[in-house]
Amino acid sequence: MFGLNKKDGSLLLLVVALVVFAPFLLNPFPESSGWAQFNAGYPDLMQRFVIFGIFAIGFNILFGLTGYLSFGHAAFLGVGSYAAMWMFKLFGMNVLPALALSVVTSGIFAILIGYVSLRRSGIYFSILTLAFAMMSYSLAYSVLATDMDGPDKQGLLQKGLTGGETGLQLTQSDPRIFGAQTTADGNIPVPSLFGLEMRSATELNVGDWVFTFSAGYYFSAVIMLLAFYLSIRIFRSPFGMVLRSIKSNQQRLNYTGMNPRPYMLAAFVISGMYAGLAGGLMAAMDPLAGPERMFWTASGEVVLMTILGGVGTLIGPVLGAGAIKYMENIISKINSDILHSWFAFLPDGLEDIVVTMIYPFIGKGWHLTLGIIFMLVVIFLPGGLVQGGQKLAAMVRRKKTDDTKTATTEPAE
Amino acid sequence: MDAIILQILNGLDKGSAYALIALGLTLIFGTLGVVNFAHGALFMIGAFCAVTLSRLISVSHKVEIPGEVDFLGNQATRDVPYIYSIFGETAGATIIDWAVPLSILLAIPVMILIGVIMERGLIKHFYKRPHADQILVTFGLAIVLQEIIKYFYGANPIPTPAPEAFIGSFDFGALIGFDPGTIIYPYWRLVYFAFAAVIIGAVFAFLQFTTFGMVVRAGMADRETVGLLGINIDKRFTIMFGLAAAVAGLAGVMYAPITSPNYHMGMDFLVLSFVVVVVGGMGSLPGAVLAGFLLGILESFASMREVLDILPGLNQIIIYLVAIVILLTRPRGLMGRKGVMED
Repeated sequence: MFGLNKKDGSLLLLVVALVVFAPFLLNPFPESSGWAQFNAGYPDLMQRFVIFGIFAIGFNILFGLTGYLSFGHAAFLGVGSYAAMWMFKLFGMNVLPALALSVVTSGIFAILIGYVSLRRSGIYFSILTLAFAMMSYSLAYSVLATDMDGPDKQGLLQKGLTGGETGLQLTQSDPRIFGAQTTADGNIPVPSLFGLEMRSATELNVGDWVFTFSAGYYFSAVIMLLAFYLSIRIFRSPFGMVLRSIKSNQQRLNYTGMNPRPYMLAAFVISGMYAGLAGGLMAAMDPLAGPERMFWTASGEVVLMTILGGVGTLIGPVLGAGAIKYMENIISKINSDILHSWFAFLPDGLEDIVVTMIYPFIGKGWHLTLGIIFMLVVIFLPGGLVQGGQKLAAMVRRKKTDDTKTATTEPAE
Repeated sequence: MDAIILQILNGLDKGSAYALIALGLTLIFGTLGVVNFAHGALFMIGAFCAVTLSRLISVSHKVEIPGEVDFLGNQATRDVPYIYSIFGETAGATIIDWAVPLSILLAIPVMILIGVIMERGLIKHFYKRPHADQILVTFGLAIVLQEIIKYFYGANPIPTPAPEAFIGSFDFGALIGFDPGTIIYPYWRLVYFAFAAVIIGAVFAFLQFTTFGMVVRAGMADRETVGLLGINIDKRFTIMFGLAAAVAGLAGVMYAPITSPNYHMGMDFLVLSFVVVVVGGMGSLPGAVLAGFLLGILESFASMREVLDILPGLNQIIIYLVAIVILLTRPRGLMGRKGVMED
């Protein structure tokens, strides 16, 4: 199917099904129950799942296949966001041209940074990409945010190219040549796909459950599925094989007469374009772009996602992105009152002790949990959650077929 | 001329911090071959040693002031640190005033202990793993350490003043024959620079002039041979890790009065220190120190008004820019050794 083998085809189908039915799957608890706060099926969070999924898929093409650890990938995310915002400001609120510009701009950016950074490998490559990203961040934060508009201070560039600390925002005076400057009631228009507004949503009430279907989510989801499909094709292509050989033995590749440089650059640019696409989508869902998207912590986050899910696997980065965004938005909301209500069945003293023990790890301390899980994954499960799942599956299978001695596990894919 | 001297002086304190952190990073890299992303967290923990000690020694109890009442008519009280009752009022006040320098005594054992636990408990298992894995696991550890500190001390910066004797500035220009008032320099920054110079000198002397240091240097050059000679090199490298942690911690302790410690200060310094290490040359101790001071001074020159008028924002990016140029023209860094990280 679509040029995929049976296994990849079924994986793709599975992901399609998960993404399409996400509003149901992520909302398993009725609204009135105490568990409703664990529902992740609201548009804002689901959009973040798929957008960071795209970001992590792209990062995985670089790190998972070639083993080059970029610590500055968020630069492309930021550039993509700014590009999309400028498209909204100058030409109109349609998201497709904005996304196209994001991808192209971040691609050009990636060619420049990649050409320089890829001359070195290992930790030097990590530091170089980090340096470039931090430079972009500093420039976006300060220099590019200064007034370039001349004395009248009214024009487009009065807050520079990037808007500095407050970020780049839409205003009513933006030209928007191919679209309305303001809506009929005088507001700033919202991003849309040929008139379908990204933030429009319909709700479906079934008993005590409320399911929200948002245009923005499904739009991002379709793009994520395309990106995922493309990444499967890259993984299975001869090009992907060359990238893998760079990871396993670059010297040997040189001896066979292949120059790895162009392949590396191509992988870097593709991965940068994925990040730019994700950045553009972020701006399309919420028209705002700030420099903090380029800060090195943002680059660190995508590294965490990819490793947590399973580096070098197809589905891993998406899982990792989902897991981290879920923690960031859901686990971080639990406070001590909620904990007390959970453990209310325990005797009073014990309840307090248990709550005190758990409290540092949830709510505002979710980063601590994330750090611990991440360390455990790196130490014990280098293949991430996907490898963990495979090991579990293999254990179950081994129990079922005890007499067959050769329980071969598939290599991590 | 006076402007140049002022900028050099301004660069010294930041440069000292970079040099100290980069020195520790290089020690760890040179001995154990491990890229330690948690080193910034050690710097941060050092700064929080100062915070902890100054809080500990100012623990107070309430004492009634005879004959005074507050506005509600209750007996008025005031907080008196316990330490007053041990050492007397004047000595006690002096001890509280000197909390930051005194924290050095606390920081050395604490940091060595943390370093040794870190090495034995975690890093040891990562010698054979690829550098990417080492970066990742220490990155995770840095997050964990940072969050633990945040849990206990909160997210806000905690002002930790220097001793009163060092608050304020002095006229450095007048001292070397310029007009008074042209070169003003805060005392504490000078103390920090002197302190950094002493620490760096001590580390080099330790490596150069002691038997222990000689063995460690031999181990850095050829670990296997030293092991074959019947020397337990692992144990010595563990101690070196503790030492590197202590260097980072001391850099943090003394930096506390310059910036109020907060839980993410380590990471801010780490990113720059890595750049410093790479510029200086991976695995080269003098290179790390040289590059630390060089970049610190360059940064302060780049933030001069005259420079910023021509190239706005240069102070923000100068370090990264230098790193990129160095890496592309001198791949081994300023003083890098051959054969280190050249895969």
